[in-house]
Amino acid sequence: MRFSEAWLREWVNPPVDTQQLADQLSMAGLEVDAVEPAAPAFSGVSIGLVQRIAPHPDAAKLRICTVDLGQDEPLQIICGAANVAEGMKVPVATVGACLPGDFKIKKAKLRGVESFGMICSATELGLAETSDGILPLAADAPIGEDFRAWMALDDHCIEVDLTPDRGDCLGIAGLAREVAVINRVPLRPPAVQPVAPTCDDRVTVRLLAPDACPRYVCRVIRQIDPTATTPVWMQERLRRAGLRAISPVVDVTNYVMLELGQPMHGFDLAKLRGGIDVRLAQAGERLALLNGEEAGLRGDTLVIADANQAVAMAGIMGGAATGVGPETRDILLESAFFAPLAISGKARGYGFHTDSSHRFERGVDPQLQVRAIERATRLLLDIVGGEVGPVVDVADATHLPHREPLHLRESRVARILGLALPATTITDVLERLGMTVEPLADGWRVTPPSARFDLVHEVDLIADIGRIHGYDNIPVSHASSASVTQSTPEAAFDLDRARLALVDRGFHEVITYSFVSPEIQSLVEPEADTLRLANPISAELSTMRTSLWTGLLQTARYNQTRQLERVRIFESGLRFRIGADGLRQEPGLAGLVIGTAAPEQWGEQSGKVDFYDLKADVEALLALTGAPAQFRFVAGAHPALHPGQTARIERAGKPVGLMGMLHPSLAAKLDLTGDAFLFELDLAPLADGILPRYAPISRFPGIRRDLAIVIDAQIAYERVADCVRAAATELLREVILFDVYTGKNIDSGRKSLALGLILQSSSQTLTEDLIEVEVGRILNRLASELDARLRD
Amino acid sequence: MVEQTELGIASLREAALVAIEKAADLMGLDQVRVRYLGKTGDLTVLLKQLGTLPAAERPAAGQEINQAKVAVQSAIDARRTVLEQVSLASRLAAERIDITLPGRGQQPGGLHPVTRALRRIERLFANAGFAVVEGPEVEDAYHNFEALNIPAHHPARAMHDTFYFDADRLLRTHTSPVQIRVMEQQAPPLKIIAPGRVYRCDSDLTHTPMFHQVEGLLVDEEVSFADLKGVLYDFLRNFFERDLELRFRPSYFPFTEPSAEVDIQCVMCGGDGCRVCKQTGWLEVLGCGMVYPEVFKHVGIDPERHLGYAFGMGVERLAMLRYGIDDIRLNFDNDLRYLRQFA
Repeated sequence: MRFSEAWLREWVNPPVDTQQLADQLSMAGLEVDAVEPAAPAFSGVSIGLVQRIAPHPDAAKLRICTVDLGQDEPLQIICGAANVAEGMKVPVATVGACLPGDFKIKKAKLRGVESFGMICSATELGLAETSDGILPLAADAPIGEDFRAWMALDDHCIEVDLTPDRGDCLGIAGLAREVAVINRVPLRPPAVQPVAPTCDDRVTVRLLAPDACPRYVCRVIRQIDPTATTPVWMQERLRRAGLRAISPVVDVTNYVMLELGQPMHGFDLAKLRGGIDVRLAQAGERLALLNGEEAGLRGDTLVIADANQAVAMAGIMGGAATGVGPETRDILLESAFFAPLAISGKARGYGFHTDSSHRFERGVDPQLQVRAIERATRLLLDIVGGEVGPVVDVADATHLPHREPLHLRESRVARILGLALPATTITDVLERLGMTVEPLADGWRVTPPSARFDLVHEVDLIADIGRIHGYDNIPVSHASSASVTQSTPEAAFDLDRARLALVDRGFHEVITYSFVSPEIQSLVEPEADTLRLANPISAELSTMRTSLWTGLLQTARYNQTRQLERVRIFESGLRFRIGADGLRQEPGLAGLVIGTAAPEQWGEQSGKVDFYDLKADVEALLALTGAPAQFRFVAGAHPALHPGQTARIERAGKPVGLMGMLHPSLAAKLDLTGDAFLFELDLAPLADGILPRYAPISRFPGIRRDLAIVIDAQIAYERVADCVRAAATELLREVILFDVYTGKNIDSGRKSLALGLILQSSSQTLTEDLIEVEVGRILNRLASELDARLRD
Repeated sequence: MVEQTELGIASLREAALVAIEKAADLMGLDQVRVRYLGKTGDLTVLLKQLGTLPAAERPAAGQEINQAKVAVQSAIDARRTVLEQVSLASRLAAERIDITLPGRGQQPGGLHPVTRALRRIERLFANAGFAVVEGPEVEDAYHNFEALNIPAHHPARAMHDTFYFDADRLLRTHTSPVQIRVMEQQAPPLKIIAPGRVYRCDSDLTHTPMFHQVEGLLVDEEVSFADLKGVLYDFLRNFFERDLELRFRPSYFPFTEPSAEVDIQCVMCGGDGCRVCKQTGWLEVLGCGMVYPEVFKHVGIDPERHLGYAFGMGVERLAMLRYGIDDIRLNFDNDLRYLRQFA
């Protein structure tokens, strides 16, 4: 809500300056977003009367005006505006004036004729974005007076960003009450006297949906002057509130809405047939609206209808056919109460958001309608005249909201705020806010004013007390509350630790959007069912990822296109997978490497990163469980990975994740330079770790025996290691693979593995005999199971 | 000067000492030792020949030879020490390196700035006894809205710019539903924070459709707004490591009452007014309030017995203020030149 400070000060004028006033509003929960001058700086502009107009001898568009500025002699001013007319009051920048943009007015000659100033348009004075000709002023504008002072332009526009609970402050009246309460100064609302009817014209009103519209107030005004224009002071207040002046009827309804918070509507009475029905829209009903659109009405939409059809979308927007236009002579003014639930969400459903729906959604004071229509009538009569019918006030009392009295306990105030306020302070605040306060044994019975839809619970009153007393005046307590012992298992997998492990191994963490394009999603996991947003920002961000690889691949490409060829990145987050049991939101940790294994450096030439480089990183993560031996890498398959370089990672036979080389055809589609390697781990199967368990350290020396064996090249190393371990006794402490060789001296189809066996006993020094027996056992098993031979 | 005998001990001794002095390295020195003191060395041989001397001369000659052997041995030892030092010095000289060359190996990466800020937030609250909990990102409307006292068509719901999947499922617009899930599952006292991703259908210069929040919730029998002020004073001053001024501004959240938005004194200008704080000297950093009784009723907690406070903050906002980042979108471009700055 934007409003003129001067307008507010007409209602309440505390001894604080503009900035203090703005701070007070913010600190009372009515957040001030902006304070701007009502008009840019200018000086030397006075009100003049155009006495005579003569044509310019040398320019068809220019005219020579004689302008009375209340001085001894009128001034001669050349004017090019088409709308200048004799008898018109106008703003005149005289010689020496300075207009916005540091535009100085000097004596000038225009095509040989002298001009002693300039008649100004609203644009030239910084009062409008565009204007059509000069700004005509009211007939009673005092000649010679300073225009800026007369227009009260040394004013500010204050913009408050109101929270949705404070519909009562969507008008000067509500804001003024708050300011009066904060400053303990009186509120001086303009007197609203009922306007006595001068004719008996009225329309009948039927409330056919009384829960949605329990009160409809209207009034006929006949024979208005269609040529009348809205006075400048009202136009100015509308302008300072961010509204454009349109016509007296529209302007007055807007003015009353801004002043009292009551949205109103004016119908062209001649276009209405019969009485007014307030009802729900009928199936298939259509309505052409004031904004030029035509809406197919839904059955839950409240409408104002005449005998024939819907003529307005109640509380949202009027219909085009019955709107007030330049020809309108008779009007029907509407001032209704529409229930918030009947309006909320409806305008949005049609793609509208209007000043009216904004207020009805938040709650308009159900006791305000008659006062508003009397105020509007008075203002309208002063501008357009006419004959006034009686106020028709049709209400359904059973459906009108009424504020329930609330039980406020004094002890509860202290308990919630952490501050024991004197009872007198509490009642004082409540009463100044317009509440009725009756004492009870333990507190009070408090009835909020009808405009305060937000006060429905005891704690709402407490919040208001805290707010007006000032949150700054509530103490800061460091009492340690709620000591809750928390414990996570020591051996539980710690994602934070895993992140740091990756960072220390040269990875950068990235955070990518959880929604990706369907293209990248189907490239990475073409067979996965996906969850798609109904209202995505764009197709690029429409599909919930089933794998973290989508974001990692896009990030790799993003960086490679910026000359960053070597990428080591990881991300943790949820994957959104649809299975037989529905949606699963599974936390994962994934990484991508591309480029050289080590950063470019002197000394050693770094090779391209390969499967085993990344496998070491993955093994380091798995080791964080304390149980690295529980994990196995099994040859696997995945559509995004190279079929010969894909590993499924398992723990006790259950899948934990995947790693491998990005499929070359996918790399080509993604324009990645170099072989990329990826891993992704599910965090759930990693969650349980193993606590360290101490084993005594042998006092006896260990020995090492190296074996070079030759086996079929297709046999996986893991089978060899398993075979060695199966054959060995507890003497075998460790198996070290220190070479893998194929080529010269090895038959094709076979490979040589060099194994270091670390043997140690916990009870004796190993003898040569014992060692021979152990190694022999291992070699026999390797020979019988895997056809392994000792290398010559 | 020892008297010259027929055996020429003195001249042998002199020759040995000269040879020792001339030995250029340890190997040469050892050759000298072998020549004079070895099994067949000259002095050793002389000693063996002692028997050929007349008995009367033997003691004196024996003493003389032994003295010569001791002198030669001690000269060898002294020379060895010298040669060893020379050798070590030359090795050390040869092994001199340019210690300004860069180290080799993997260079460390870094955490994302949002994670960096999140870890700090989590640690500060962990120190205060808050446990970290997480919740789903695909939520149902009940937990994201209804249970938080935001019924359908509530104007506050329109302000959330929600991403929907269907009538009921959506991407959570805040971390507040985790409050509900925790209260559904655990009985008070509760003291938790819930960090995580949240989503709003909004994308422009200052908004990304995904960002991070941290929600906090404390439920106990005696909890007041003053306690809430205390925990947030402690947190914000520790987070920014400054004795910042705070401003609690009354605000509105459907799930708390009283509610406040918390402004900190601008960390860029110290409160004097700058572009970041739009010349106000204040920066809004979080929202908070006392848990609304209706919310407790939704989860079966007796609002007469228990009270609680809740707060929520935007992590990107805090990270940006902390590290001087001026464009939220950088966080999701993941340009390595950006990420490296937070390593």
